[in-house]
Amino acid sequence: MEFDFIPIILSLKVAFASVIIVTCSCIPIASLMAKHEFVGKDIIESLITLPLVLPPSVIGFMLLVFFGKNGPLGRLLEQWFQIRVVFTLVGAVIAAAVVSFPLMYQAVKAAVESIDRNLEQAARTLGAREYRVFFTITLPLAWNGIIAGLVLAFARSLGEFGATLMIAGNIPGKTQTMPLAIYFDNDAGDLRQASILVILMTVFSFLVIYGVNRWRRGLRRDSRGEEI
Amino acid sequence: MELLVDIQKKLPDFKLEVSFEAGLEVLGLLGASGSGKSMTLRCIAGIDTPDSGQIVLNGRTLFDSKRGINLPCRKRKLGFLFQNYALFPNMTVEDNIGFGIENRKREDKLAIIKGMVRMIKLEGLEKRYPSQLSGGQQQRVALARALAIKPEALLLDEPFSALDDYLRSHMIEQLTETLSDYQGVTLYVTHNMEEVYSLCNQLVVLSRGGIEAKGETKEVFKAPPSLVSARLTGCKNFSRAKYISAFEFMALDWGINIKTKREISRNIEWVGIRAHTLTLALDEENDNVFKCLLKLASEAPSRMTVYLTVEKDSGEQGNQQIQWEITKQMWLDLKNKPQPWKLRINPEDLIVIKT
Repeated sequence: MEFDFIPIILSLKVAFASVIIVTCSCIPIASLMAKHEFVGKDIIESLITLPLVLPPSVIGFMLLVFFGKNGPLGRLLEQWFQIRVVFTLVGAVIAAAVVSFPLMYQAVKAAVESIDRNLEQAARTLGAREYRVFFTITLPLAWNGIIAGLVLAFARSLGEFGATLMIAGNIPGKTQTMPLAIYFDNDAGDLRQASILVILMTVFSFLVIYGVNRWRRGLRRDSRGEEI
Repeated sequence: MELLVDIQKKLPDFKLEVSFEAGLEVLGLLGASGSGKSMTLRCIAGIDTPDSGQIVLNGRTLFDSKRGINLPCRKRKLGFLFQNYALFPNMTVEDNIGFGIENRKREDKLAIIKGMVRMIKLEGLEKRYPSQLSGGQQQRVALARALAIKPEALLLDEPFSALDDYLRSHMIEQLTETLSDYQGVTLYVTHNMEEVYSLCNQLVVLSRGGIEAKGETKEVFKAPPSLVSARLTGCKNFSRAKYISAFEFMALDWGINIKTKREISRNIEWVGIRAHTLTLALDEENDNVFKCLLKLASEAPSRMTVYLTVEKDSGEQGNQQIQWEITKQMWLDLKNKPQPWKLRINPEDLIVIKT
């Protein structure tokens, strides 16, 4: 039997789309949360972080409730944009985005919080408007954290299984991503296809973790001034 | 050129209530850490917002709670020098200095940057990043960056606290030079009385959010009006005082009577004497002389601090220690002399504090 590349391509599509959504939404939200205190902030932060600890089936169930045919968001998307979420790749992207959002959020928030507030104040005393402060000071200085969060979010999106299964289903060639393909290939006894995908996923995930760790250690050394 | 400040702000531990004005002479804000001096500076710069009051710079209202005016930081045109310099680590020296220079032609901007780099004597280091500079160099870049926007006022927040002693005195010299060319209001916040004395002509002493003393620096040092301001300006020895007559009082904690040349108030409460103003009494001198015993001598690189207890007129020993600062040579002469030693307080040097 020939090796089926389609799950890999689908997975990459999902992961890229998810990372773009997560990055665009995470940077402004995390920057605001890092800088402002308000009533109910803890509750919102807990909600944001929830997908990190919830079982994927619970997330999948919730997504079905919201994005299903009769769900509030699902109906809206279908009526206004003719976008169907359930049993499509869009559903897989949404599932991946929801589970990888907390990873990116935490990385960006930590990076923004670690910036010396005086730097932004200094920029303001020098006449900079808020957007200039953000784009010339905050964003460049949080860049390392953003990249780290981005890589982790990508890896997490690539590996999403449970919630994806529930909302996007397992349609070979349409919504069957790598983790789903491994499960069902194994179930069907196609061990060759499953093991190739397993090896690919493992190697990739290892490289991500190894790369992020090495890079962080390098940064720490830089900031101690040993290596410039 | 003048800056009028009259602001109130509730802080966790106390209420900040300050009002003062500054002209072309450098004004020092002296206070212990947590006295509200940095907060005052941050309110003027617009980094923090006072609860009420007003701030007016050269006739331009920066803040006025009654009229609802609160100019944002970027419109105040103030140079702020942060304690940790706050140089942008992602920009080179020249980009840091050029950051605040407004949209002129590129050549003009480069010319200003070049002039600034020359002023702070960092030619050749324009392309370096802040992490590749020494502490003193970083501070000069921060100063140049603040001055490059031609600010109407320069606010310096403990600019030397992170430098070592050698560099500090060197930098004070350079700053004095730079400031003498600067035509604007300068506020200098510090907890260091020596910096204030050498850099600032005018002084405001702050404690727990309130003003303890203000006026010409030399005057405030000579006659601080309160116990706190006397302490902050470096006076080490204090005693409660009891009025005896217009020209005499009793220093209760030292157990001696002191005669003065100037008339004193009935409300005299404390008396202070700076550690370096005490002298050894000559044989013929009798007024304001007291006997004391050596408790401890502590050696500093350039001088000695001697801790003494007073032998009261009644013969018993006081429990209050007196600090005396002398040169090392004097210590060598003194240490073998028989005790008790006779010390004299010069009435001119007395700091009299009324209720």
